[in-house]
Amino acid sequence: MRLAFGKTLVELGLKYKELYVVDADAASHTMTSLFAENFPERFVNVGISEQDLVGVAAGLAACGKKVVVATYASFLMRAWEQIRNVVGRARLNVKLVGTHGGISNYGDGPSHQCFEDFALMRVIPGMRVVAPADSVELRCCFEEVLGVDGPVYMRIGRDEDGRVYDDCVCGLGVANVVRDGFDVGIIATGYMVFEALKAAKELKNYGIDAAVLDFHTIKPLDTNTLIKYARATGALVVAEEHNILGGLGSSVAETLIKEYPTPTEFVGVKDMYGHSARSLEDLRKFLGLTASDIVRAVKKVVKVK
Amino acid sequence: MRRGFNENQLIILRELCSYDYRSLTHALRSISRKYGIPLSTLKTNTKILKELGIIEINKGKTPKITQTGKVIAELLNTRQFNGLDLDPRTLNELSEKADLARRYILKMVAEAGAGHIGASLSVVDILITLYLCKLRYDVRNPDWPLRDRLILSKGHAAPALYAVLSIVGFIPEDELWRFRDIEGVLQGHPEVGIPGVDMVSGSLGQGLSVGCGMALALKRDGIPAKVYVIVGDGELDEGQVWEAALTASKLGLDNLVVIVDRNSYQQEGPTEHVKPLEPLAMKWFSFGWYVVEVDGHDFRQLLEALNEVDDVGKPSVIIAHTVKGRGFPPAEGNNIYHSRPVSKDELRSFGVLI
Repeated sequence: MRLAFGKTLVELGLKYKELYVVDADAASHTMTSLFAENFPERFVNVGISEQDLVGVAAGLAACGKKVVVATYASFLMRAWEQIRNVVGRARLNVKLVGTHGGISNYGDGPSHQCFEDFALMRVIPGMRVVAPADSVELRCCFEEVLGVDGPVYMRIGRDEDGRVYDDCVCGLGVANVVRDGFDVGIIATGYMVFEALKAAKELKNYGIDAAVLDFHTIKPLDTNTLIKYARATGALVVAEEHNILGGLGSSVAETLIKEYPTPTEFVGVKDMYGHSARSLEDLRKFLGLTASDIVRAVKKVVKVK
Repeated sequence: MRRGFNENQLIILRELCSYDYRSLTHALRSISRKYGIPLSTLKTNTKILKELGIIEINKGKTPKITQTGKVIAELLNTRQFNGLDLDPRTLNELSEKADLARRYILKMVAEAGAGHIGASLSVVDILITLYLCKLRYDVRNPDWPLRDRLILSKGHAAPALYAVLSIVGFIPEDELWRFRDIEGVLQGHPEVGIPGVDMVSGSLGQGLSVGCGMALALKRDGIPAKVYVIVGDGELDEGQVWEAALTASKLGLDNLVVIVDRNSYQQEGPTEHVKPLEPLAMKWFSFGWYVVEVDGHDFRQLLEALNEVDDVGKPSVIIAHTVKGRGFPPAEGNNIYHSRPVSKDELRSFGVLI
């Protein structure tokens, strides 16, 4: 994911002469280093100082630049108040990219894993929140992100842990129907789209026909697709590498309860911190974020519909 | 602004501002004689000034400077001030404007029933010096890309900023009396969308980072404008200020100027009790900054310092020693007035209500 991000940045750097990238001493890890090599005059490393990172980006944006800020998602959240009080309030053209999102940084442990970013970012007025599923989607999503005016938060994982798309059309704010189905709708974001597809295959063995919906845009939420599938299937499961509090699941529930109350299950991190692990799979099992967890949730929810 | 005009155009503008000539012919002949410039050159340049909408010419009548021309002429003149050469008349004018700003501030706070008097009154003379003698801006075009930027990082002194922005023509005076009102534009702390306000603030310690970003963008675009960031001294408790101080130094932002309003108080008491800052000048110096210390209520010293730091080749900081509450006797050096509102009666009793 990081590599795709870095390469896309270079392409977009050619396209947009006013594109600046600001980084907090993590370029070789976020892969903004590729941009730095190609456009040193439009790259700034402010050092290990996330609050300053966001402020400097805001200043550049206030002088007409398109600015991409990239660092570890969990550390970018350190500057939440700077994002709220400057980037958000002044509606600046700053694109915040949180890398190593969700559980993708399994080895480094709870300090480096981030399950809170959707919640924190989506409560900022005017902020869009995006989480592409794989490197193909990242590419087209990111192009869209740079095309819009105003602040956007985009979460990406460290590596590409599963490929969902061959080619991709990504319209911000419009969910992708990755697999159609009639018995249950699985609403997933980020890497969990891949797990949802695995789950859908397994569910076929139980005679359950599951739709898999890629909600790459968490805010603004695609309420049309959501309600359409709530009506069509009558049972939903939300899957995300995020605390079950405040993320995509909460956003979905907020809409459903008003518009079309539907039995829904939530697969996510159960209000806890992560743990160091030697493999992604180990951590995925530990936190209950596997295809099997989705399958269990689906079986539970279809019973009550 | 000066960069947009050649010497001949400047001379014409200055002359037309200073003298009432009978007609254009009369004016150009006089200028030609006085400066030894060929009449044809003057004619060409006059035509350019006319096309730019800076002067108005009616045949056989006194050539007039348009409103835009007056603003520009004022800017050009003020740029020539030098701290040591501020003549008594100008000094008098600055001090009258500062007085007016202080009365505006007190009335705004009295109208709103809330606002930070102490911090607003201490920063007035700094803002007056900047807006009347130093900054380049265009009231008619607040987004002018070549303007100097000003960030009031100590956003709670917003009444002072609004008062001065009103004095120079960005904000209508009437709007001041709707400070903090739900119907008004002027919120408790600076917001974008208020004419003349370059950046939001209110959460302390964030302005300098934003200033770094602006200064960098201007520098890399080759725009010869400067960025001024006014910070409070209490605000220097925030770590982000020092992150930004390192960044400015690393990036060699010689177009960035910080002015510390060193009134020595913060919300809960003297800065040296809450979180001692001294030796403050040495701190900035050790971060790679050019440091000047001045009396923050002395226009000469302020302007001299602002001019001095124009060409020092690195980011610079002016530590301006001020008195919190300056100009309103009960609030001077009295930290009770940090955010205590004043009543109109109180203002009347001190003879400041306008």
